[in-house]
Amino acid sequence: MARAARKTSSSGSTTTRKRSTKTDASKAQMPSVEELTKYYRDMLLIRRFEEKAGQLYGMGLIGGFCHLYIGQEAVVVGMQAAIEPGDSVITAYRDHGHMLACGMESRGVMAELTGRIGGYSRGKGGSMHMFSREKDFFGGHGIVGAQVSIGNGLGFRHKYEGTDRVSLTYMGDGATNQGQVYESFNMAALWKLPTIFIIENNKYGMGTSQARAAAGTSLAERGHGYGIPGVQVDGMDVLAVKAAGEKAVAHCRAGKGPYILEIATYRYRGHSMSDPAKYRSKDEVTKMRQEHDPIDLLKKVMLEQGADEDALKKVDREIKDIITDAADFAQQSPEPDPAELYTDVLVEA
Amino acid sequence: MPTPILMPALSPTMTEGNLAKWHVKEGDTVSSGDVIAEIETDKATMEVEAVEEGTIGKIVVAEGTEGVAVNDVIAYLLEEGEDASAIPSDGAAPEAAPAPAADPAPSSTEAPANAPAGTSQTPTAPIAHAGGQVASVPDMDEDRFFKDTQRQTVREALRDAMAEEMRGDDKVFVMGEEVAEYQGAYKVTQGLLDEFGARRVIDTPITEHGFAGLAVGAAFGKLKPIVEFMTFNFAMQAIDQIINSAAKTLYMSGGQMGAQMVFRGPNGAASRVGAQHSQCYASWYAHCPGLKVIAPYSASDAKGLLKAAIRDPNPVIFLENEVLYGQSFDVPTDPDFVLPIGKAKIVRAGSDVTICAFSIMVGKALQAAEELAKEGIEAEVIDLRTIRPLDVETIVNSVKKTNRLVTAEEGWAFSGIGSELSALMMEHAFDYLDAPVVRVAGEDVPMPYAANLEKLALPQPENIFEAAKAVCYR
Repeated sequence: MARAARKTSSSGSTTTRKRSTKTDASKAQMPSVEELTKYYRDMLLIRRFEEKAGQLYGMGLIGGFCHLYIGQEAVVVGMQAAIEPGDSVITAYRDHGHMLACGMESRGVMAELTGRIGGYSRGKGGSMHMFSREKDFFGGHGIVGAQVSIGNGLGFRHKYEGTDRVSLTYMGDGATNQGQVYESFNMAALWKLPTIFIIENNKYGMGTSQARAAAGTSLAERGHGYGIPGVQVDGMDVLAVKAAGEKAVAHCRAGKGPYILEIATYRYRGHSMSDPAKYRSKDEVTKMRQEHDPIDLLKKVMLEQGADEDALKKVDREIKDIITDAADFAQQSPEPDPAELYTDVLVEA
Repeated sequence: MPTPILMPALSPTMTEGNLAKWHVKEGDTVSSGDVIAEIETDKATMEVEAVEEGTIGKIVVAEGTEGVAVNDVIAYLLEEGEDASAIPSDGAAPEAAPAPAADPAPSSTEAPANAPAGTSQTPTAPIAHAGGQVASVPDMDEDRFFKDTQRQTVREALRDAMAEEMRGDDKVFVMGEEVAEYQGAYKVTQGLLDEFGARRVIDTPITEHGFAGLAVGAAFGKLKPIVEFMTFNFAMQAIDQIINSAAKTLYMSGGQMGAQMVFRGPNGAASRVGAQHSQCYASWYAHCPGLKVIAPYSASDAKGLLKAAIRDPNPVIFLENEVLYGQSFDVPTDPDFVLPIGKAKIVRAGSDVTICAFSIMVGKALQAAEELAKEGIEAEVIDLRTIRPLDVETIVNSVKKTNRLVTAEEGWAFSGIGSELSALMMEHAFDYLDAPVVRVAGEDVPMPYAANLEKLALPQPENIFEAAKAVCYR
């Protein structure tokens, strides 16, 4: 399922001026309806998956922490459209969307959430810890900021091996205040590593707004002192994300070193399932959902481009079936055998 | 069939809550994501969203109801074409979803009832091998390699180990502060830059957390990093990456994502460098499943075990000692000299008392043994070499013979390696002990600078000598 994204927009038409806060997707070449449908499908898959995960959590079938990606779907789908097989992807703990976008099976992801043997980590990782070498997805990390150093190491590896692959290293706005992020910026710039630092700015690090946690206003400029180019992108517009991603990828593939994308997005749900989200107003959430929903926005573009409404409905039904199947699988898959307790601690030489 | 909407849990521990408010009424159409109700507990209020689209067919639990159990049906949703007559009248959930994690995990209660207490709770031998089996490392005839040897310092032996492995495998590289152009802060990497170039011998900025994490990522990507810490004191900056990322990810990934890598550098006290540069971390790392921990004494062990560490598919902590770097030993010249990880070595045979030591304390234990011999006490000195997985078998067999154990380490006694050895003797050799185990360890203070105080803080051969005499009741 790994996808070879065709380059459909020339990077030249995308604005990347600092403080020109949004890349203008409308100027980029419009992808075909077929491609748009794929983005729609991928975003809807994540949306419906997360809704179902929330439901299963509410039923007690999913335990512990469960951080939902609802509202942020355009970020990962747009970025995925800009890369090719062999490029690596890593993120923190709000990771279900990244896994699905990388082509990992919804069954395996959902079964990991329910802690079953059919999960990607055989039930031993949980929501925050899933991986797929096959899909070049390197986790799934629970310590804020740690994945940034590791993602930089994946960039190091690409360069060490002499390929032109790139490392997509995702973090939230909260992670940008961790020291190791700047240690990573420094080494990435110093050694020209092909690391794209993607800051998914959903405006809140758990319950603390960016304004209360971060000095300065632009996270895209946090790499300025290291000479790392950074742009702000509208993360509710999948085409804007794709266009910005393609520009960043081209920069890295050309050996010019790292790149920072600050992608403005919004999570509709709380930080985790047990977060009532009292730190922001209902109006704020409602306004984002009604006026900036990434799936609604793409759907509108698609209809303008001549997409068939019935075809979209068909996609909706397909997704619903996939999610129902994943949820069934995740409940039917057995718990890990007690012997699994002791496996995978060490690789036996 | 109408879809039941169940009382959701806000957290894994919630069992019931209040239905504070309905945002919809019967007959309303909802789509996925619409807020339909608010529920509250003593800790939080949260919105309930519709997961599917449809029409609210029936509200079963009225607004304001308190103490609604998780997973009770609170309403029914009708799909297109369904009508309210299909709703079950008693409001019971049609075969309600599996109860939320209500079953106590059966596995934990299935320990055989007749097993002696302790054996089922704490796998006895094993520490390193979580499966509960004693680490069975194949015996190796080390002596045959000592037909051809050269006199080398520990420093040179470590350098040769890295160079030989780098020659054989392009995926192996070394990174750290001053490892390349400066030739190593302690000259352990001397000459490597000239031979392998800047691609594989990499000077890092002073940024332990960042480069340790970078190396973990490289290892996830199937490279084989050797990370040099200028001292393990500085690895405290990076310990999150070592434990949380390198050691745990194999397990968290169900076996997919291992990290073949070595973290190495000097550990423990040097001389007169004060508290922040003089700590032994053996017990810190040995505590953690997912790591191997090696602390060699001789140059030959340093070489044979570092080569093994580089080839091992797991993250390995390789604890060196600055004071030992300049000491010389006979080292086999055969490049195939690779030692098994997990094998202790009896460096002096004896019958009266066993002394277990590692790293620099092995030398001090041997000195103590010479003094003990003058008093007619023959000490058996075991160089642990590997701390995790620990060679319990060799230690236990020795104690079965001598019936006495003294442990020696530079680190603090509390929760130290000696404490672990003591517990292991309780579990494996209790009936053989003729005296309580005695721990010789660093004094329970941060390392002082003053020469006299530093000497008092560090365990000396005399301390081992006295401890050995005491357990022999002499």
